[in-house]
Amino acid sequence: MEQNLEAITFTIDGVEVQGMPGQTILEAAEEAGIYVPRLCQLKGITPHGSCRVCTVKVGGSWTCAACTQPIYEGMEVDNSSEEIQTLRKDLVEMLFTEGNHYCMFCDKSGNCELQAMAYRMGIMAPKYPYIYPEAELDASHPDLFIDRNRCILCARCVNTAQEQDGKSVFDFAGRGPHKKIIVNGEKLSDTQLAAADKAADACPVGAILPKKGAYAKPVGARDYDDAPIGSDIEAKVCK
Amino acid sequence: MSKPKVATAALSGCFGCHMSILDIDERILDLIEVVDFHKSPINDIKTFTERCAIGIIEGGCCNEENVAVLQDFRKNCDILISFGDCATMGGVPALRNGIPLKECLDEAYIDGPTVHNPNKVVPNDRELPLLLNKVRPCQEIVKIDYSLPGCPPSADTLWEALNALLADKPVDLPYELIKFD
Ligand code: SF4
Ligand code: SF4
Ligand code: FES
Repeated sequence: MEQNLEAITFTIDGVEVQGMPGQTILEAAEEAGIYVPRLCQLKGITPHGSCRVCTVKVGGSWTCAACTQPIYEGMEVDNSSEEIQTLRKDLVEMLFTEGNHYCMFCDKSGNCELQAMAYRMGIMAPKYPYIYPEAELDASHPDLFIDRNRCILCARCVNTAQEQDGKSVFDFAGRGPHKKIIVNGEKLSDTQLAAADKAADACPVGAILPKKGAYAKPVGARDYDDAPIGSDIEAKVCK
Repeated sequence: MSKPKVATAALSGCFGCHMSILDIDERILDLIEVVDFHKSPINDIKTFTERCAIGIIEGGCCNEENVAVLQDFRKNCDILISFGDCATMGGVPALRNGIPLKECLDEAYIDGPTVHNPNKVVPNDRELPLLLNKVRPCQEIVKIDYSLPGCPPSADTLWEALNALLADKPVDLPYELIKFD
């Protein structure tokens, strides 16, 4: 790599890492082959900073979202202490109990980032009580459906539609436990969403899925059957 | 020295997890060298007569009888394992949690398209355990020591866990064996 005078030097878990001004902790870490767990962050889209699965501790004193926090010279980032790992694990467990995740018949299973995160973190069962909230399924669109039972409110669909497809399809309504994803119209079929849109493919979980081609990849050949989520980023180090 | 005892129960599940227990195939011969099966649907022993080292629970709790059995297991087993997605998160039976109980019963016994029930009676014999309003996973009813997810968990998952416990080690599954499907 060409040595740039303006490069910022900081540390992640005591290891020296270089990044460029304006880069977030998550971006700089990724370039250095260090994986920071994330769910709502999607490359090329404005970070939403809502899932907090990327939480890191800076300077031993304050926690922040690695997907939104820019790096600075001398910054000391904790990406793997037990405290941080427990925090993240608790957040992922809450995402399971706050939704209705029936992985046994979900067509995203094996390719789902939330599920893969639970596998990577070794979550066997959440410690929190299940809420079993009521949520709606919208199957009005000819090619796609949205199942709010599985939505983790990450905004990847909202921002991808706006920033990459140039369409206003999704948004949020309500607050707290009542917050939900809504569509620009009575139902999904009223919107401009098309099967080929980037937004149709932006959902990390099985909340927005195509109607055709379910279970196309057999068990054993799915994205996270053998390798944990993030291991592609970590593999870069060995090169 | 007497062998440690293993007990199993099928609560609100489909018995698939017990099938997965049998799926350890000929390894079951190695297993019975080192443990004895106590109360279990596999041998039809109905009541606890001695303390068990390990209790394996399939299924969550959908009725008062499930709760009583689960509490009985907690009382009589040193280590309690919830085995399978129904035990750890409610599973398919919990799909009714979004529907009021009366609507579920009406659909099953009165309004369902294939139901023949001219007197429109929902079974309510005293012998029948009362249903809970919502299906609950085991860890919401009693303390669970280990959870093994999967629908069903693979035979290797159980094998791995039992071997660890019998060797007095904590259960620490490898990545490939943690599955929610
Ligand atoms: S969206 Fe992911 S976590 Fe939720 S049910 Fe589907 S596979 Fe499981
Ligand atoms: S539908 Fe999917 S992409 Fe959109 S907010 Fe929900 S989880 Fe995120
Ligand atoms: S990935 Fe940073 S908050 Fe979601």
